[in-house]
Amino acid sequence: MRFGVVVFPGSNCDVDCYHALRDVMGQDAEYIWHKADSLDSFDCIVLPGGFSYGDYLRSGAIARFSPVMERVVEFAQSGKPVIGICNGFHVLTEAGLLPGAMLRNRNMKFICDNVYIKVENSGTPFTSLCRDGQVLKVPIAHWDGNYYVDSDTLREMEENNQVVFRYCSPEGHITDESNPNGSLQNIAGVCNREGNVLGMMPHPERCVEEILGGRDGIVIFQSIINYLKGGKAGGKETL
Amino acid sequence: MEKKPYEKVGLTSEEYQRILDILGREPNELELNMYGVMWSEHCSYKNSKPVLKMFPTSGERVLQGPGENAGIVDIGDGLAVVMKIESHNHPSAVEPYQGAATGVGGIVRDIFTMGARPVALLDSLRFGELDNERTKYLFEKVIEGIAGYGNSIGIPTVGGEVYFNDCYRGNPLVNAMCVGLIRHDDIKRGTAAGVGNAVMIVGAFTGRDGIGGASFASAELNEESEENRSPMQVGDPFMEKLLLEACLELFKTGYVVGMQDLGAAGLTSASSETASRGGSGMDIDVALVPRRETGMIPVEVMISESQERMLVIVEKGKEQEVRDIFEKWGLHSAVIGRVTDDGMLTIRENGEVVGRVPAKSLSEDAPVYHREYREPAYYKQLKDLDMESLEMPGDYNDVLVKLLRSPNIASKKWAYRQFDNMVGTCTVVGPGSDAAVIRIRGTGKAIALTTDCNSRYCYLDPGTGGAIAVAEAARNLVCSGAKPLAATDCLNFGNPEKPEVFWQFRLAVSGMSEACRALDTPIISGNVSFYNETDTDAVFPTPVVGMVGLIEDTAHITTQAFKDRGDVIVLLGENGEEAGGSEYLKVIHGLEKGSVPVLDLEREKKVQDCCLELIRNGLVKSAHDCSEGGIAVALAESCISGGKGARVAFEGCGRSDLLLFGETQSRILVTVEEDRLEDLLETAGRLGVSAAVLGRVEDEGLEISVDGQKMIGLSVKELETNWREALQCIMDQ
Repeated sequence: MRFGVVVFPGSNCDVDCYHALRDVMGQDAEYIWHKADSLDSFDCIVLPGGFSYGDYLRSGAIARFSPVMERVVEFAQSGKPVIGICNGFHVLTEAGLLPGAMLRNRNMKFICDNVYIKVENSGTPFTSLCRDGQVLKVPIAHWDGNYYVDSDTLREMEENNQVVFRYCSPEGHITDESNPNGSLQNIAGVCNREGNVLGMMPHPERCVEEILGGRDGIVIFQSIINYLKGGKAGGKETL
Repeated sequence: MEKKPYEKVGLTSEEYQRILDILGREPNELELNMYGVMWSEHCSYKNSKPVLKMFPTSGERVLQGPGENAGIVDIGDGLAVVMKIESHNHPSAVEPYQGAATGVGGIVRDIFTMGARPVALLDSLRFGELDNERTKYLFEKVIEGIAGYGNSIGIPTVGGEVYFNDCYRGNPLVNAMCVGLIRHDDIKRGTAAGVGNAVMIVGAFTGRDGIGGASFASAELNEESEENRSPMQVGDPFMEKLLLEACLELFKTGYVVGMQDLGAAGLTSASSETASRGGSGMDIDVALVPRRETGMIPVEVMISESQERMLVIVEKGKEQEVRDIFEKWGLHSAVIGRVTDDGMLTIRENGEVVGRVPAKSLSEDAPVYHREYREPAYYKQLKDLDMESLEMPGDYNDVLVKLLRSPNIASKKWAYRQFDNMVGTCTVVGPGSDAAVIRIRGTGKAIALTTDCNSRYCYLDPGTGGAIAVAEAARNLVCSGAKPLAATDCLNFGNPEKPEVFWQFRLAVSGMSEACRALDTPIISGNVSFYNETDTDAVFPTPVVGMVGLIEDTAHITTQAFKDRGDVIVLLGENGEEAGGSEYLKVIHGLEKGSVPVLDLEREKKVQDCCLELIRNGLVKSAHDCSEGGIAVALAESCISGGKGARVAFEGCGRSDLLLFGETQSRILVTVEEDRLEDLLETAGRLGVSAAVLGRVEDEGLEISVDGQKMIGLSVKELETNWREALQCIMDQ
């Protein structure tokens, strides 16, 4: 499968995503410069983390005007999978591909730590190999991870099963103590109505090798690969 | 009385006379200012040079020693580590966020100008006690500044240290270290050569910020400092990230002759140093320098310290190709002059010569001072510690808890949680262990990194303190499974014109040098920061040591965490009965005095070699250095990290408080599986290292007894909570 990792000026997890996909998952991966005008050869687009345009103005606000983003919107509308991680999530909300917005963490500080997230929807292309309710240990590293959305939209999202991950305790309880950044209802990742665009604040590419302290990120990448190979999203074979 | 023009730029009348001799005429204002910044201590090392000669700086692995933007040490496979540490103390005292942020920015540029990709940052920080709002504010903002810059450029901040002592109240220390990786063939140097080659300035535009920063760093801080300062440099990490990627891409073209960061003294130092290293001259026109302010005069352009700028010497005829690469990254570049062969730095404005001095005279001909030194009165007074008057603790649990809650020992997670320590996905061991470990992609190897300095020791005994800083750094690396290779140093002292301060400086460097020789860790780069004084007092002498070690096989990576119940706890090295300079003495008895722990370098080397051999033979499951808080704190830390308990028994010899909390050197706690214990003891015996079985790892609780009497019994939860929450509680108040 062919993954495209978009490089905006200021992206800094592009290399990590590339490495995870290519060297760990054994997939074909390529960098896509933010001025690229075609995504035809790709099966999945990754918007990586970092500080696109220095996070100036607002995280993701400038990157969404990069030429490549028009193509990313078309790519998403055609039903192919797009995953935005951390700053990539910001870009997706700014581009209108995902609902909601991100506020500064409630303690007003950057947080880098391992957290636990619970899979709330195992029917997406990104979680199809997870069990419903499975708990993953994945690192976060962000200033603006405090997800917010108005209550009407939230209700719609809940009805459509668009909340994919929530912060939880190691045992899988959704509690305020396990919410690192004040995110609304512990939301850590959401998808669009169609389910083919995912945004998540935690970094799965940082936990794909035992030497880095865990491999829980693998199930997410493997789910995408499985989906692209024709395995149905929502298929319940577990890793 | 009106100050003379040369005094205004920080020069003495003798120094001015020297300039007259060099030029054979009076310098104009531009030239005088250039000498002022270049002959400041910060740029010229005029006070420290003769002393720094004591450092061993070469070795078979050293590819680049001091004198370049950074030092380089070979790690095999055609790869090398590039590293340097630098201070940003005075800017951080005045404007902590930007001071710390631009400190990070500057040291990162020093690494990538050599052609290396930066892979890790460490920070060595010192503040006053956290009992007042001002200090808390400084601490909070410095941490935010490091986070704001380092996280954004995507280089993980993986380690470092933070200490609190009242001596830093008015003058905090902010030392940033950066480490990069490079292939031997790709090493670049800050050299201007080849007549006619283009001199380009790239990156941010030039403004009036940070004018005269080098001189600001070369004077004591006082009330005037607030008034004297020019606008502070402001960091732009996004610009730095673009500059980093563009420069690394540019190096691949082969068109770059040399590159140098515009750091302290800005364009003046970058132009004169590159020309001087290349044995050439340079002819530049300040009118061609892109600016963000109007009406700047030549002197302002020449000494501005605007951040995120680089001087690049490019092969003649390749200017357009270079421009194209910078343009791709959205960066501005401009040819501002050419390399010449006349040895002169010629400054023009719109073609007209406005200054012309020998390039070498700026960067190499500053006077060298052999400062007077004198033993301070405090030295002998503080040695005197009446042990009899030290009351024995009534409750050892209470002492251990108090030590674990001391901000110098307590978890620093409040701070490092704000640093992205994982970006790059090479961080195998992040902040909080003895040393950080970064794997080297494409090899089975890793490097270990640490910074160390116990400045209280250095105050009480600069020679031994300096040596201990080196020994502890090396010991920390060994505990992580690495062989120590080389060091970089940041020497933070008071005013060197005071004989008592210079005495501290000389002794500290001498002690460090001796330890570097004994442990085979040459100093390959570094920085001197003098004038760390406020109106009343100098800071404790603080010679921070940054060190890198090589882990040949990632399987050897070792941490301090206890692993499995039943593992045997063994002490390598010998316990002593030393109280002087300890955290115990400070926290429990309110004293900062006494003789610091003895350091026997021969024993130190043996203990380190033994530990490393044991690790490489696969015998060691955890290793932890005994430092502040002594062996009791070391045991507690290994319990906390591993979520395990331990039961330990000592044979008494002298005072129990000093046995448990004293800071005797050259001790490492290791654990081993029971059926490998004989192997371990045999190896230690063969290597002439004392190895004593202390006890075992348990599932729960830390129990320590001396001569059969239980002294300490605490649950791991109690240890962990106190240790983890202490700093957080203080900062949340």
